[in-house]
Amino acid sequence: MPTMKGADALLDILKEENVEVIFGISGGNVIPICDALYDRLDEFHFVLTRHEQGAAFMANGYARSTGRVGVCMATSGPGATNLVTGIADAYMDSVPIVAITGQVRTPVIGKDAFQEADVTGITMPITKHNYLVKHAEDLCPTLRHAFYIAKTGRPGPVLVDLPFDITAGPVEFTERCLGKLPGYSPTYKGHVKMIRQAGKVMAQAKRPLIYFGGGVISSGASEELLKLAETLKCPVTNTLLGKGGFPDTHPQSLGMLGMHGTYAANMAISEADLIIALGARFDDRITGRLDVFGPHRDPNVKVIHIDIDPAEIGKSVRTAVPIVGDVKNVLGQLNEVVQPRQPGEWEEQCYAWRQEHPLTYERDGLKPQYVIEQVYEVTKGQAILVTDVGQHQMWAAQYYKCDRPRQFLSSGGLGAMGFGFPAAIGAQIAHPDATVVDIAGDGSIQMNIQELATAVYERVPVVICIMNNGFLGMVRQWQDLLYDRRYSAVDLRDRQRQRGTCPDFARVAEAYCAQGIRVTKPEEVRPALEKALQRREGPTFIDFWVEEEENVFPMIPAGRTHKEILLRRPEAQP
Amino acid sequence: MKHTISALVEHKPGVLARVAGLFARRGYNIDSLAVGTSERPEFARMTIVVEDEGDRTILEQISKQLYKLIDVVKVFNHTVDPIVERELALVKVAVNSQTRPDVMQIAAIFRANIVDVGEGTLIVEVSGTTEKVDALLRLLEQYGVQEVVRTGRIVLVRGKKGT
Repeated sequence: MPTMKGADALLDILKEENVEVIFGISGGNVIPICDALYDRLDEFHFVLTRHEQGAAFMANGYARSTGRVGVCMATSGPGATNLVTGIADAYMDSVPIVAITGQVRTPVIGKDAFQEADVTGITMPITKHNYLVKHAEDLCPTLRHAFYIAKTGRPGPVLVDLPFDITAGPVEFTERCLGKLPGYSPTYKGHVKMIRQAGKVMAQAKRPLIYFGGGVISSGASEELLKLAETLKCPVTNTLLGKGGFPDTHPQSLGMLGMHGTYAANMAISEADLIIALGARFDDRITGRLDVFGPHRDPNVKVIHIDIDPAEIGKSVRTAVPIVGDVKNVLGQLNEVVQPRQPGEWEEQCYAWRQEHPLTYERDGLKPQYVIEQVYEVTKGQAILVTDVGQHQMWAAQYYKCDRPRQFLSSGGLGAMGFGFPAAIGAQIAHPDATVVDIAGDGSIQMNIQELATAVYERVPVVICIMNNGFLGMVRQWQDLLYDRRYSAVDLRDRQRQRGTCPDFARVAEAYCAQGIRVTKPEEVRPALEKALQRREGPTFIDFWVEEEENVFPMIPAGRTHKEILLRRPEAQP
Repeated sequence: MKHTISALVEHKPGVLARVAGLFARRGYNIDSLAVGTSERPEFARMTIVVEDEGDRTILEQISKQLYKLIDVVKVFNHTVDPIVERELALVKVAVNSQTRPDVMQIAAIFRANIVDVGEGTLIVEVSGTTEKVDALLRLLEQYGVQEVVRTGRIVLVRGKKGT
């Protein structure tokens, strides 16, 4: 067994895992790693970000857009704590990332040394697993386990905390051999008895609905899902994270369901007698009031729940047929037993709902929905669409139709503002030739705006469409509809209630040597987008001055039922 | 209702924090938790007593969430298993020359041991079911219980079945 420096062993294992890109920032306790990288910059693309949160989100966007493990690195203490939001986001949305953090030297751990923080303690509840390597001989097996755990089963983030003396000191590079993890063995194949049971329940259903989430994308089950849907000929609805797992333009698609989902999808889930849940977890944004959801309202409503994580099954909703397994495998098994169905009244009803209340908005002034429709047209529906978090995120999900998996990247579970721009950079670095568009808000873009420097340096041609409405719009919308328009802590405009002065996003972009464009009229939208998309040598900010008080509809207010869906702003009560 | 759960875990630093953190984070009520090395030095066995507060479905979630921890190898819920359960307690009781024989007699009935005799105090060591320990404590209260330490419940399933 060759002896080498810990940092070199780390890089050798990254190589073994086919890691090509590392997003991160240096710092005192990762200097040995940076030093080892100095000689190996032909092997690794090190993306120096301007904030560690940017690094975590870039690794996240890289992983979401490719399905490969994203790697980010930060130093001890503040560097590591800055990663936390990005790690939590990866945990909530089951994204495989490995975070490498520096730590103070082992003899001073626990002594409140300079830049010491208990990072494994801090990230314990937001990682799939984490490690502090205290002994040199543990380094190689730990790193291999970290990658194995991150990408297998239900994917998730794994953090490895590496003290300075471990990466600076000698280690023995052990042969690639995954030691046993006695407490970890994900189930990939569905139980045969349960598969048969699911087939029977499907054959008896009068009003079946397929409801799927991010699990379809992480397991790569789109083809199998399409086959199931076309055999059952029933309507299909997706969660935010599922978007793209089934073509949005498919005639059986009702679009997204939930709080800002379509009328048809929400009516369908409240009327279905069989909910076929695939890689989805019945989040509160999906179910609305849980005590009257599906089988809790009517015991005749059945749920078939397929998920790789047994803890998701039965967590929120009573399940008639639980199937633990990888969605792709289980659907493959199911497709062999499912009998073709003829569509009937139920399908007619669902498609009638879709016709009666399609997504719509009033076309006056510069509307954010219009901008997103234009982005869709100009990019011919082919862009990797990344969003930040807020109103614009929901409009993006509603108006940008995605037909392929890993095309739509969004922070769903955590809802972390600041996700979009760095995630878009990560996705673009993974797909240098793709068109990557980030739909942002004027609030969320400012949470990681410093990554403009990274984007310019890396020459990534991401197009950032800022839906500038001068507000933290989603909260303003709630205050508008539910708090009697008492706008509090949401106004981002300057003291004169003006947009565009503080900051002027186009000028910010120019200050970073990027392209900046301001758009205030509908007829300027297309030329601006075309100009931005033409530029391949670096990023463009387009500052769209959209309607300030536009609201996202449909909307099911939190804790209400699907039938209490609001399609427009209710008239003010006298 | 209270339930007893056993978890076989990897004997590694941090594993107790992971389990305790999981219970705190998800709002499960721990009544007691005892942990120590198992028959194999690389594994520790935990006995956890939880209160379901009338929600029986929570037990399934607890077990599934425990299984999600990479360091947790096996989880058993012993609600219906035939088990041997024990808890150990040390009780420091205030005594004087008049009450000392009474306390010693009570201890004898409970097959408890007097493990320390001090000036004005006795330490009683008792082991048995939680109910037995509770009963002894109730009886000793009148003499003045100064300090109590309890290990929490530990269990093994009777016969061939594993714990």
